[in-house]
Amino acid sequence: MVELIYDGSFEGLFTAIFETYSRKLTAVKISRAGTEQALLFGEQITVYTDATQAQRVWKKLQVLIGWEGLHSIRQVYLSEIPEMEQVILGTVRYALLQGQDVLSDYGHPDILRLRQIARMVHREKHRMEAFVRFQLTKDELYYSVIDPDFNVLPLILAHFEGRYADQRWLIYDQRRKYGIYYDLHTTAFVDLTPDVALDQPGMEILNEEEPLYQLLWKDYFHHVNIPSRKNTKLHLQHVPKRYWKYLTEKRGI
Amino acid sequence: MSERIREKLAILADAAKYDVSCSSSGSNRKNTNKGLGDATGMGICHTYTEDGRCVSLLKILLTNVCIYDCAYCVSRKSNDIKRAAFTVQEVVDLTINFYRRNYIEGLFLSSGIFKNADYTMERLVLIAKKLRTEHRFNGYIHLKTIPGASEELMHEAGLYADRLSVNIELPTESGLKLLAPDKNREDMIRPMDYISDTIISMKETQLRMKSTPKFVPAGQSTQMIIGATGETDRQIIDTANHFYKGFNLKRVYYSGYVPVLSDARLPALGSQVPMLRENRLYQADWLMRFYGFQAAEITDDASPNLDLEIDPKLGWALRNLHVFPVDINTADLHLILRIPGIGVGSAQKIVAARRFAHLHWDQLKKLGIAVNRAKYFLTCKGWTHQLKDYEALTIRQYILSGAKHRFGQLHSPQLTLF
Repeated sequence: MVELIYDGSFEGLFTAIFETYSRKLTAVKISRAGTEQALLFGEQITVYTDATQAQRVWKKLQVLIGWEGLHSIRQVYLSEIPEMEQVILGTVRYALLQGQDVLSDYGHPDILRLRQIARMVHREKHRMEAFVRFQLTKDELYYSVIDPDFNVLPLILAHFEGRYADQRWLIYDQRRKYGIYYDLHTTAFVDLTPDVALDQPGMEILNEEEPLYQLLWKDYFHHVNIPSRKNTKLHLQHVPKRYWKYLTEKRGI
Repeated sequence: MSERIREKLAILADAAKYDVSCSSSGSNRKNTNKGLGDATGMGICHTYTEDGRCVSLLKILLTNVCIYDCAYCVSRKSNDIKRAAFTVQEVVDLTINFYRRNYIEGLFLSSGIFKNADYTMERLVLIAKKLRTEHRFNGYIHLKTIPGASEELMHEAGLYADRLSVNIELPTESGLKLLAPDKNREDMIRPMDYISDTIISMKETQLRMKSTPKFVPAGQSTQMIIGATGETDRQIIDTANHFYKGFNLKRVYYSGYVPVLSDARLPALGSQVPMLRENRLYQADWLMRFYGFQAAEITDDASPNLDLEIDPKLGWALRNLHVFPVDINTADLHLILRIPGIGVGSAQKIVAARRFAHLHWDQLKKLGIAVNRAKYFLTCKGWTHQLKDYEALTIRQYILSGAKHRFGQLHSPQLTLF
């Protein structure tokens, strides 16, 4: 058993996959640096990210499984779940072995798992597009703090860019400590350590109209409900409790 | 100032909430002008109310003042309630400010009828126009058209809105006569016809002239109240089918009657909202729109109402056991779609995956089909079910004993017998 240790980047992962072929490894495990475990029998090799090698894997896959397939792989990478590397490796190997687009072969365990994880990530992305709640600051910035289960900021960027083209906005991932920021021209990834509690802002940073609109939204949420149709189970299924802390309408009721 | 707007929002959201539609999908309005918003792609539910319904649009009435006296409507003229009206600017400000904060996908605007139909419709169109032109708003706009408004106004509305809807209110003409004597069916059909024809003709023009403006890109929908008059499910399904086929409607919504008023013509206050029946009607609707079922297949003459205990697809399968078992590995997609417990997604996965290798029972289970129901109706590698041993009634009992009802005790059909 050989364990390949990569730097955690998408290119690094593809370099590691390249290495499994160049070194002709069969029993292999790919691990993100910092998550590797001492193997009783076997060897650990550190992979140095190589853009050219990663590119070769990417190009080959583009021919075999197309953009859609590559997108699924990227989604699974962004899930950050521990088995993610093995599922991607299994998929790539199966695609190369078959020499064709295998992404709809749901009978294959790695493909099935890949599609399942991709779907989970897609759901989380869709939830974030729905559950982001912007608050307006004094200097006309719309900002939101989120804490998604998966690393979905790269996936939601295009959605928000296309939608809020005429306002400055920032979406900050509290767990991963980075954000996406749009300055009316382009959107960029920004690392920042906020010096104020962004999720509990005080009136010194908020626009004076902000509390009124939050109140109106809460009022609306309350009045659009039909009490005689109450269905708590369905409500919780759609809006699981772990998301409530970022929803204006669910706070302080 | 803020107290007044809060009160208006409370009254006019309350009055609008019995309209079920909250869909924000199906449009194609892109943000190409660096403006605000985008209405392409699938709809988004930004939150859900405690009754489990999606909140996608700001759904309000412009006013709940109304000259009509429809028995089922909370805003009817003879009802003693607080009345309010938004100004055009207030609706625009609420929409824009909610949208900028990512609370909503857009606006669903309806209104009580004040003065006359055209006067009311003009105000609705003005709001949509202001949003589109002054605020470069590309979010979703759904306008409820006012029965009896002129074709010119209908046309203008179609140029600014993503969706238009005309409520037919009740599934049957006799029901409408009884509960809404001021309205007539003809006034509802005419605008539907006009919208449907204009959508088609504008699309044809668009093929020749690229610059043709969009006209109701997300199509039209309608809604009917069920359980307020004595219609059968068969009548409801036939009515819906008529609108899907004849007017190219995107959606028909079914709204279980919520008793809001005491009236001898209506179910008493405090009687149960027919949520389970509503759910079964939506399942039947889905069968027509996505599963290739004909309206006539869903109910039969012997029982014109849907079975509340089992879903209509299972009902059809039990009446047509001669079609089964279906072989997962060889049958056409349309037959696989007929198997109870297999949805559209799973059916497509099955057809895609079997091109690589025949599917085994264990693989099938992992695809996410409802095994408990599907197992009586299919065969595949590793699963040869002897269907002929069972009678429809036996299968029904087996399936029911294995399933816990999703609406629980509260809405179980047995309870309503006593």
